[in-house]
Amino acid sequence: MSDIAVRVEGLSKAYRIRASRGQYGYRTLQEEVLSLLRSPFRLRNSRNDQETIWALDDIYCEIRRGELLGIVGRNGAGKTTFLKILCRITEPTAGHADIFGRVGSLLEVGTGFHPELTGRENVFLNGAILGMRRSEIRCKFDEIVSFAEIEKFIDTPVKRYSTGMHMRLAFSVAAHLEPEILLVDEVLAVGDLAFQKKCLGKMDEVARGGRTIFFVSHNLGAVTRLCGSAILLDQGKLVMSGPASDVVKHYEAKHLAACAEWKRPAGWNSQGFEFVRICVEDSEGRPCFLFRGDEPIFVRIDYSVRRPLPGCQVAMFLATSGGLHVLSSADSDAENVSSLQRNPGNFSTQLSIPAHFLAAGLYVASFTAHLPLQTTYDDVPEQVRFEVSRAGSLESLDSRKPIVAPLIEWQTEKSS
Amino acid sequence: MKRNNFLEENGVDQLADVHEPNSREAAGAAMTANVSLGQAPAGAFPRTKPVEVRHIRLQPTQGWAAINLYELWEFRDLLLILAGRDVRLRFKQTALGVIWVILQPLLASGIFAVIFGYLAKLPSDGKPYLLFVYSAMLPWNFFAASLQRAGNSLIGESRLISKVYFPRMIMPISSSAAVLVDFAVSLTVMVVLMLAYRVQPTWNLLALAALIPVMLLTTTGVSLFLSALNVYYRDFMYALPFILQVWMYGSPLVYSVTIIPEEWRLLYALNPMVGVIEGFRWAVLGGQAVPIVPMGMAGVLGCWFFFAGAMVFRRVERYFADVI
Repeated sequence: MSDIAVRVEGLSKAYRIRASRGQYGYRTLQEEVLSLLRSPFRLRNSRNDQETIWALDDIYCEIRRGELLGIVGRNGAGKTTFLKILCRITEPTAGHADIFGRVGSLLEVGTGFHPELTGRENVFLNGAILGMRRSEIRCKFDEIVSFAEIEKFIDTPVKRYSTGMHMRLAFSVAAHLEPEILLVDEVLAVGDLAFQKKCLGKMDEVARGGRTIFFVSHNLGAVTRLCGSAILLDQGKLVMSGPASDVVKHYEAKHLAACAEWKRPAGWNSQGFEFVRICVEDSEGRPCFLFRGDEPIFVRIDYSVRRPLPGCQVAMFLATSGGLHVLSSADSDAENVSSLQRNPGNFSTQLSIPAHFLAAGLYVASFTAHLPLQTTYDDVPEQVRFEVSRAGSLESLDSRKPIVAPLIEWQTEKSS
Repeated sequence: MKRNNFLEENGVDQLADVHEPNSREAAGAAMTANVSLGQAPAGAFPRTKPVEVRHIRLQPTQGWAAINLYELWEFRDLLLILAGRDVRLRFKQTALGVIWVILQPLLASGIFAVIFGYLAKLPSDGKPYLLFVYSAMLPWNFFAASLQRAGNSLIGESRLISKVYFPRMIMPISSSAAVLVDFAVSLTVMVVLMLAYRVQPTWNLLALAALIPVMLLTTTGVSLFLSALNVYYRDFMYALPFILQVWMYGSPLVYSVTIIPEEWRLLYALNPMVGVIEGFRWAVLGGQAVPIVPMGMAGVLGCWFFFAGAMVFRRVERYFADVI
């Protein structure tokens, strides 16, 4: 018996996108019967009308016992599909994976929670869904509840819980599952910071107990800190594997920098307004992904207006990678919107987020051109990202963890 | 460049120390020793009992797949908890609660008794018509309610199906299991009705021990078949009420088998519910002739229905997560 926990060989997964699919995504009997009537001699599995997308393409890797493997990559790179195959939710199209040990998954915290049931009932339900025996859950029940910090509400229906309580209880159940192999997908984006930290601590504890963890996250800091090694996926292919810090560095340099810039794909139509290019830049006008805390961040927005759009404002929404809305700003903020004329032409706007303003972290910017509360002419949701590092930030001086980190002037005089 | 997005406090800094390569290797080495014993490592989490390290190979399945009863057995707790949840949820926010379980079949039988027994005067083999219908209603209601609940069980939990692995069969089976509670309550009501009508219980009642499993097999088979196909073609849920209606009138629920011409009875008994219903009626109310042929046929057909339903389910379940 080797000390390999998971061996993946040539794993691939294809999704067929049927051109002839009904409007609800599945075919009704009628469609099936009709297509059979229309072309009775065609083979039933003919795939002429189907487009194949390889969500995973020929992945090879090996994970040893007790190893924490980080999986990084952009959205749609195949990270979730990879985990879904490993925990048997879906079957691979080709290749195989050998799994040595019980697999537990945390693909989405709180799936299987039923709002009408109490916390206690849900602990048992969720535990059983994740593959725990009832006796096992009973054994750990107190531990689960105290880890989630909801002792007082354990007999309250879950529908009366706050989101935070919900998440804490769900994570707690999953964390007390004792699989040899644990698959974790981006669960740390939720909950407050203190609880996130607790979760990371728990994951580390689990790994130290000799269990193997697959950790998918956009939080590159956490990947570097927690994981010994990492793999990078891009469009279903394994691009790189190795020590976590190397993989993360490579990912940032090669892939994330591309996130700082967005260009309009060809053939995208809009209603009179088109964002052409949006780019996060440094003070010299170069696309930049990573900013120091003491650098201003510039955002350049190129757009064209095809017809007069009175009252249309161009706005930016900035959120943390955890989905916390940090700020929104529109070019018409200083003006009276109703008097705003927007005449045809090509425009280029630059806006700047001052230095010493954002706290360290990953930010996602969305852009929209709209008549507020009425019409959206064009939008670019969550396509542009950048990161603020702790370097140069006030946070690096001590261990603060604020949402904004402005440099505030303190005036102190000796009063007597 | 160090990136610490939110792990800046002491606790997590210590955590980073643990990840020094040395300690990780040490942990790995300790592990290997354990693994060679074929046991799960006992680390920070002591297990209640050592478990064999299990090997599974995940690969594309071709064609038919075996029915994995062992795995179902392993997830039996989930089955019970899900069934318990269904039962509990069913009567939340109802004023009468569990009383509905008693009322539903009684009211339905009452209506049938008035329409078919009193007005249409269908023969009931000389038995009180209410009892005659109610005894048939026991297995039939279980069958019909199971189909309705199980049919929707998978698409109702689509989030679960696409996020967590568990044997998919658990879902429709637990829905049927929840209906079994209603069946048990109705059975008790049956005893009360027998007392009220002064019907002497006979040894025939022992036949229920064989009839109930046949009912379970038939119902589970059809439920599995329906719930699986319903994931692909939601038409089945719309068609189900009509299927059930035809099936009900194709079973001796409101009438007696005696109105079916002798030469057609064998064909008629190809519906396994015929044997089950006749059996129930005979077991509860007695009668001269033992309906041995339809009962035997129901037994064989019930097993066949279960097997076929489960095989179809296994055949299509592998794409549930992609389709649902």
